[in-house]
Amino acid sequence: MLDTTEGYTTEDGRKIGGVVMEMKNITLRFGGVVAIKDISFDIREGEIRAIIGPNGAGKSSMLNVISGFYHPQEGEVWYKGEKRPVMKPYQVARQGIARTFQNIALFEGMTVLDNVMTGRIRQMKAGLFAQSIWKGKAEQEETENREFVEKIIDFLEIQHIRKTPVGRLPYGLKKRVELARALAAEPSILLLDEPMAGMNVEEKEDMSRFVLDVNDEFGTTTVLIEHDMGVVMDLSDRVVVMDYGQKIGDGTPDEVRNNQAVIDAYLGVSHD
Amino acid sequence: MPDQLVFGMEVFLNGLMAGVLYALVALGFVLIYKASGIFNYAQGIMALFAAMTLVGLMEGIVPFAHLINTIFGTNIHHFGWHAPALLAILLTVLMMIGFAWIVNVVIFKHLVNQEPIILFMATIGLAYFMDGFALIMWFSDIKALDVGLPQGINAAIDEATFQIFNYGFFIDNLDIVATIVAAALVFTLIVFAQYSKQGRAMRAVADDHQAALSVGISLNFIWVMVWSLAGFVALVAGIMWGTKSGVQFSLSLIALKALPVLMLGGFTSIPGAIIGGLIIGVGEQLFEFAIGQPFLGGATQNWFAYVLALIFLVFRPQGLFGEKIIERV
Repeated sequence: MLDTTEGYTTEDGRKIGGVVMEMKNITLRFGGVVAIKDISFDIREGEIRAIIGPNGAGKSSMLNVISGFYHPQEGEVWYKGEKRPVMKPYQVARQGIARTFQNIALFEGMTVLDNVMTGRIRQMKAGLFAQSIWKGKAEQEETENREFVEKIIDFLEIQHIRKTPVGRLPYGLKKRVELARALAAEPSILLLDEPMAGMNVEEKEDMSRFVLDVNDEFGTTTVLIEHDMGVVMDLSDRVVVMDYGQKIGDGTPDEVRNNQAVIDAYLGVSHD
Repeated sequence: MPDQLVFGMEVFLNGLMAGVLYALVALGFVLIYKASGIFNYAQGIMALFAAMTLVGLMEGIVPFAHLINTIFGTNIHHFGWHAPALLAILLTVLMMIGFAWIVNVVIFKHLVNQEPIILFMATIGLAYFMDGFALIMWFSDIKALDVGLPQGINAAIDEATFQIFNYGFFIDNLDIVATIVAAALVFTLIVFAQYSKQGRAMRAVADDHQAALSVGISLNFIWVMVWSLAGFVALVAGIMWGTKSGVQFSLSLIALKALPVLMLGGFTSIPGAIIGGLIIGVGEQLFEFAIGQPFLGGATQNWFAYVLALIFLVFRPQGLFGEKIIERV
């Protein structure tokens, strides 16, 4: 088992740092249904951490706990060395946790550029009054934020649709715009809820490349949920495996792949 | 030039000005509807309430005087001072912001994710509550409102048109001021929505609540802001209408005039509210002038706007500028 207590070095030689977030004994119930049962794991700086599991395993619920959309009945979330109090989703977002959604939640009526700019809200400090007279700090701030956003847009290769209303874009591009908006926030943790769902092979390859490039270029800590096993194993540094709300495996892709409980629950009978 | 045509032009101009006032009321509806999907039935009462408060502050009327006098056996009605208009307007704006905050904390915060019909019902309840509250607070007598806006016939236009057509147009100065104020207000709102951080956040909330939360926008803050803006627009409308015809209960009924404007312009479009208001204003005046008076015995303004809106609904259900809803099958 990989020893991760002091950070570690990945197979491709990237240095992974200390713990950014730690989930401690999280239990989440909806009425009588237990969606997550006593799960603990950590997320380390700079790594790509995947959460996998069959349908209904509680992966999305876990992501919603991290991003503050759900509040667990038991357990603690530790973020940057401090226990996080119960927070509203927008407060969590302002702490630097950005996310995408399984079924895309973009501002359909706004242009790509405006959508990505909303990601900068955390960085924009100028008050209403300063903005209304549009001088000094507010102007400088808008320019700086705009520059950063343009950088992200270039990076994700969506320059050609900057001024297009998002509602008109095809599915694959929407997913990319959503990623851009999340990245614009310069997040400490980036949460991706099934970033490859519903994509064709080519789009999947593009998206995988972007997730890796983002991690490489900005050192973004990424947590992703994914169905496609091949994608997960290629992308991630460490994997949490869930089944029926419980954690049945946690480790490097290789470790997980050879874990008997995981094989039984998720991969089915192996064909060795 | 034939007389009828000259009269028609005057009617047209007056229709435009009346339309601006309708648009002002409709604007308040659009703001709230855009950001929270709530059709705010109380918008008309908000205009009345704002105008009443403004008069009350300017005239130094003691709020809840009847209640206080009954309980304590006193007989006070006036503080005995007159506040300058600008100060009173400023205080009223602050009060409308406070009102926006209370409405959101007490009512709408608890109704997040409810059906639109529930939210609509809540605003009906709010409207009737405020109706009673306003009367208890400021009495029901008709109050004159004078914040120093110019009123009466515009002599210059009268003069100029007399030179050209040999017939002086009657254009009210107040209508001209209302038009300028409304234009400035709309321009400011559009710039605000397009280019400020809060405006962008407002559009984001209007578009998708979940996505807005995920980028760190507080829905509550935006809603309070939008209700405050709507309160401000209500105050402006209240000042214009109140100056024109006195501050009285019927002021709240102007909200009903805003309905056809909204159907025409679309519930989600700020420019739509303006264009819709102008079309209704001009349409009903011209119809009355050309058909209503000569053939139908007059007073067609009461229903013409609704008929026009109904015809529009049949051909363009989303209004002139509303977002078209496309359902994917």
